Amino acid sequence: MAVITNVVYLIASVLFILGLKKLGSPKTARQGNIYSMVGMLLAIVITLLDREIIDFTYIIAGLLIGSVIGAIAAKKVEMTQMPQMVALFNGFGGIASTFVAYAEFVNTKHMVGGTDVVVSLVLSLLIGSVTFTGSMIAFMKLQGWMTGRPIVFKGQVAFNGLLLVATVVLGWMFGMDTINGQTFLLAIIAIAAVLGVTSVIPIGGADMPVVISLLNSYSGLAAAATGFVLSNNVLIISGALVGASGIILTQIMCVAMNRSLANVLFAAVGTDSGGGASGGGEQRNVTRYTADDAAMIFENSESVIIVPGYGLAVAQAQHVMNELMQLLEKRGIKVRFAIHPVAGRMPGHMNVLLAEANVSYDKLVEMEAINDDFQSTDVALVVGANDVINPAARYKKDSPLYGMPILNVDQAERVMIIKRSLAAGFAGEDNELFYDDNTMMLFGDAKKMLTDIVKILKEE
Amino acid sequence: MSETILFSIYIFVLAIFVGFEVITKVPPLLHTPLMSGSNAISGITIVGAILSAGLGHSTLGQVLGMLAVISATINVVGGFMVTDRMLEMFKKDKKKEAK
Repeated sequence: MAVITNVVYLIASVLFILGLKKLGSPKTARQGNIYSMVGMLLAIVITLLDREIIDFTYIIAGLLIGSVIGAIAAKKVEMTQMPQMVALFNGFGGIASTFVAYAEFVNTKHMVGGTDVVVSLVLSLLIGSVTFTGSMIAFMKLQGWMTGRPIVFKGQVAFNGLLLVATVVLGWMFGMDTINGQTFLLAIIAIAAVLGVTSVIPIGGADMPVVISLLNSYSGLAAAATGFVLSNNVLIISGALVGASGIILTQIMCVAMNRSLANVLFAAVGTDSGGGASGGGEQRNVTRYTADDAAMIFENSESVIIVPGYGLAVAQAQHVMNELMQLLEKRGIKVRFAIHPVAGRMPGHMNVLLAEANVSYDKLVEMEAINDDFQSTDVALVVGANDVINPAARYKKDSPLYGMPILNVDQAERVMIIKRSLAAGFAGEDNELFYDDNTMMLFGDAKKMLTDIVKILKEE
Repeated sequence: MSETILFSIYIFVLAIFVGFEVITKVPPLLHTPLMSGSNAISGITIVGAILSAGLGHSTLGQVLGMLAVISATINVVGGFMVTDRMLEMFKKDKKKEAK
């Protein structure tokens, strides 16, 4: 039986790898997800057939409750809310690992002995618990249940370091006497829970793509650590895959902001998301344009590049965005979307949003591929984005944005920016583009403004 | 260090490399489904959870196991379903070919 189980676990692992491989292209991605599902189903079924299981009550109860909650969440969630959904799921992954590792300790207390088991157990509890509370904070920030602003206190980094040291010490104490050591383990879980909170609260709203990616990685590593505790290879392999995936995404997000991971985690960059007055003080004049002006410009253009940002998600304007695109295309205008890697609140956020609104995915172009095209484009339409188009990133050395790769919207013949106010972006850096002669500022809610433009274009 | 753990480390390290190879090829277009999908995969802890909940060594172990089964199942079911929902939406325009 053990042999069969392990063979099935191997098949499941292979299916996970193939499933992820098929995510390499949108054409095969859905099939890939089904591969992974089949792998998971096989692993679950063969585990349920284990002859050592004597009581199915708790298992069935758990499976039912979990399935209902998971299914409802997956059906109900809006595409704009995907970041918080993923944050929540990361958290569940983390806490599941903590529970399993602790249950294993409870069940096999008298067999826990070797340093390797002790270390795996402590790591599993530590990472799982940090992932759980860290993800809950990320979730609350994204959901707007708590401020998106960084929350800092004096000596935060040192405090977090101290917590980490404390868990190591407690782990060592646990290793001294594993049979009576549950107090130490519970203390580790509690301290890790605090660490999860204190390490995520100083990270501001717009840095969330990095945090979610990192927590994603942690949830994988927690699973892998639990795999070490149980000596279970399918857990180790899957955990390693997810861990690697999260790290890669974290890396991509950091590069896209030209910041180190340490800077994102500890520097507490950011004002409130899009709020607050800009630092300049002097009031510069901005000409306000209307939907009519915008429509007129569109009538006379041949190519348009749309730059979506988090504001598009907040305003839920993706559908009317698609409508505008259709109208423009009907007039023979070439329309594409330029997607900055950190646009939105998680990797790929804008793509999912626009895909939901039926925008064909070949129109969603990555930054590197489209950046040289702005100079030959008539109109760059910016919807709810700010920092990713701020030219200060190119030259202003003291700016938090300095060095960040940006979309070259300023090279377009004309720039249209739909924005609620002149407020500085998340980084707190005033955007000179707003005051440029080539720029048309359209103040208002993205959805309402786009709807107005669409209405005018339809009438003509 | 026991041989078991050494063997586990082998597998872990190799799997990390496989992960890097495979995942660097996922285009940014699909990064959100990648996250939710890999999230579902990390729900594989469900395997350990089922055993804890079912082995019946102690009630505490079983209750912890059940809590683990619940959280891992949310991950697995929710993760795969929402990923499928998203991937279904990624479509290419066919109108141009028709014209």
